[in-house]
Amino acid sequence: MAHKVDARGLACPQPVLLTMEAIKSTSQSEIEVLVDNEASRENVSRAAQSQGWSVTQSDEVGEDFRILIKK
Amino acid sequence: MTRKNIFATLGGIVAVGAIIGVLAPLLQYYGNPANMGICVACFERDIAGAIGLHTAGVVQYLRPEILGFVLGALVAALIFREFKPSGGSAPMTRFVLGIIAMTSALIFLGCPWRAILRLAGGDGNAILGLAGLAAGVWIGTLFFRKGYSLGRSYKQSMATGLMLPLIMLGLLVLRLMFPPLEGMEAAYKSGVLFYSVQGPGAAYAPLGIALAAGLGIGFLAQRSRFCTMGAIRDLILFRHLHLMAGLLALLAVALVVNIALGQFNPGFEGQPVAHTLYFWNFAGMLVAGLAFALAGGCPGRQLFMSGEGNSDAGVFVIGMIIGAALAHNWGLASSPAGLGANGAAAAVIGLLVCLGIGFANLKKA
Repeated sequence: MAHKVDARGLACPQPVLLTMEAIKSTSQSEIEVLVDNEASRENVSRAAQSQGWSVTQSDEVGEDFRILIKK
Repeated sequence: MTRKNIFATLGGIVAVGAIIGVLAPLLQYYGNPANMGICVACFERDIAGAIGLHTAGVVQYLRPEILGFVLGALVAALIFREFKPSGGSAPMTRFVLGIIAMTSALIFLGCPWRAILRLAGGDGNAILGLAGLAAGVWIGTLFFRKGYSLGRSYKQSMATGLMLPLIMLGLLVLRLMFPPLEGMEAAYKSGVLFYSVQGPGAAYAPLGIALAAGLGIGFLAQRSRFCTMGAIRDLILFRHLHLMAGLLALLAVALVVNIALGQFNPGFEGQPVAHTLYFWNFAGMLVAGLAFALAGGCPGRQLFMSGEGNSDAGVFVIGMIIGAALAHNWGLASSPAGLGANGAAAAVIGLLVCLGIGFANLKKA
């Protein structure tokens, strides 16, 4: 199971902040981040990459986006 | 899969900053006030005057740039399927933050955009304003680190998302119906709109140029997520330089264009629509920066998010317009002569209210 972060409906900078916290605190090698807008999707992906994680999946799920990042 | 957004790349944000850096000094060249090619706070203040919310005769003009920002962002959001009506994340708090953002920015005499443009025009006082802005945003990041949040927003109806864009469209119709008149000697009314005949409110680029620039910048800023407050915030919070690269591009290009157009006059004294009270330039922008940070965007970004259907950002915009009315009706706004009669009180109250909002919205993990 991937660590889950639900940042839907949250404004900048919270999706990135929650993702960074998860990267620091999780023992798992995969994190799933849910966001509800394109700007947050870009920001979260960029932030993950800056921490040396890679974006393995980034899909539209209904009205939201699901981003999978891996160490 | 991921549709590629070229404006979200480093090159994209730098290009957008550079384009704004060309357009803003050009707007001054074509008639906008000096070192005020674009100032979201000043222009919303002028709009508040144009619709009669305040009667400061020197700052009344329905600025087409602001309408263009929202409508340009709306067009971009619709084309790229990013128009998402949302709202419900503490709108009343955002309204209050908008009021404080405006009253504080008018103590410095400009929003972050104008602070950059003032610096690019040689106004040294802007350094104090930008330092204050950074300090205010830094305080904001401390709240975010402690779990500050105004809560989630939720999907809203198409009509709700379109409210602010439609208000802007309505204002544009009024501007077309009631244009400025020739040969007036004092501030006057054309139809329902108020117009200045002297002061910054009487200095404006032609409607077509101002509107086109506003639409273009609104479009590009929506695509690139350009945000002046975010540039400072992301640097402090995450050591991310992405948005800052856009801001620095704006500063550098505006500086070059100002020099080329003979609009660069270095110094502290006698700068256009500015005062030299170092402390208040710093303090005003500190409070404004904190309000922007707590609300999640600089005044420009709030307009662009409104164009994307974010009605919480729309409420912040309305708060700023009301704040401008209060600032001029109550003597809170500065002028080149110095601080407004009640400006200091406004700054102190604004700071206390921002801190109160910050502490009251800390979420326990």
